[in-house]
Amino acid sequence: MFVTPGFAQETPPALDEAHTVEDSGHGGGGFPPFQTETYPSQLLWLAITFGLFYLFLKRVALPRIAGILEVRRDRIAQDLDEAARMKDEADAAVAAYEQELAEARRKAGGIAQEARDSAKAEAEAERRKVEEALDAKLKDAEGRIADIKATALADVGVIAEETAGAIVGELVGGEVDKKALAAAVKAARQ
Amino acid sequence: MATDPIHQFQISKWIPIEIGGLDFSFTNASAFMVATVAGAGAFLFLTTSSRGLVPGRLQSISEMAYEFIASMLRDAAGSHGMRFFPFVFSLFMFVLVANLLGMFPYFFTVTSHVIVTFALAILVIGTVLVYGFWKHGLGFLKLFVPDGVPGVLMPLVVAIEVVSFLSRPVSLSVRLFANMLAGHITLKVFAGFVTSLGAFGVAGAAGAVLPLAMTVALTGLEFLVAFLQAYVFAVLTCMYLNDALHPGH
Repeated sequence: MFVTPGFAQETPPALDEAHTVEDSGHGGGGFPPFQTETYPSQLLWLAITFGLFYLFLKRVALPRIAGILEVRRDRIAQDLDEAARMKDEADAAVAAYEQELAEARRKAGGIAQEARDSAKAEAEAERRKVEEALDAKLKDAEGRIADIKATALADVGVIAEETAGAIVGELVGGEVDKKALAAAVKAARQ
Repeated sequence: MATDPIHQFQISKWIPIEIGGLDFSFTNASAFMVATVAGAGAFLFLTTSSRGLVPGRLQSISEMAYEFIASMLRDAAGSHGMRFFPFVFSLFMFVLVANLLGMFPYFFTVTSHVIVTFALAILVIGTVLVYGFWKHGLGFLKLFVPDGVPGVLMPLVVAIEVVSFLSRPVSLSVRLFANMLAGHITLKVFAGFVTSLGAFGVAGAAGAVLPLAMTVALTGLEFLVAFLQAYVFAVLTCMYLNDALHPGH
């Protein structure tokens, strides 16, 4: 792979020098990360494990997580839509309620007005009837007064003629001409 | 042997296999590669098996890892980069779980061997090269020719770009390898102080408190490094893949 035998022999001794002091404890072939004889095994097993890991994630694990997230996103969007719809419904209900309330108020106002108007009209009619009755009675009384006055005035003429006749008879003696007497009384009265 | 800080990196053959003169033995390193892969795979598989709409704690971890890498890759390489998502996720999980497994006492750290990290880095750079040339043909070489550079400076800039590209697999692999190696050696050295000081009676035991505290602190730091190096490896992989996807800067 990346390791050639020549390279493998060149590097470790150089690094060995630097680390042999610390390495004195065990008998390994130098600093472990630079032991090139382990590289083929590491690369092979890395390729196997990482390759399988990649395939597993790509085919199984990641699509599953993506699915979960997508379902959740859809569900949230759906719930938001549902909530918006319910809010609209609630708003509509409030609007309908308010409209109904306004209508009821208007109707109540109308009924009150009507009652007020009819009461007023009734009172007016009553008043007019009473006034008419009073007027009639007044006219009646006035008629009667005029009658009485006319009768009284007519009586006044007859009494005056009789009185004048009697007075003239006493003064002059004899019979007095009734016609002349009546004319005289009439002239005197005017 | 107990206080030798290098001993923990020693590779020992468990099942000797030799093919064509090369040694392909199943070693402790191989065993821990298998453990890493099996552990990570089983975790991801089993925690998501209930497919809970409301995730439990373990399912949350798998989902967080998924979304963490997905957003990292999308930010670095755009939505076209998502075709490499299984690759980047596998790399991240492999390195992370290998690092974390290495934190157990007496466990072997797969990523403390430069050949392993170098192979992973070559895999990344190889993917970049193969995909870059397959997708863009010779246009992929625009990667080395940045826009807006004066003609006089061009040869110099191209040379720098080529060198920096060639050094990527080295820096990518050495960073991870050196971090894991140095961390484990330091931890072992400080822990070794505790036991060797403890051998000097009461005064030694009192003096051993300091390296013990250091060991505890370093253990925490090493867990951070274990995650951080996996993260860095994944982030750099994403950035390099971005070059393969969009070679014009």
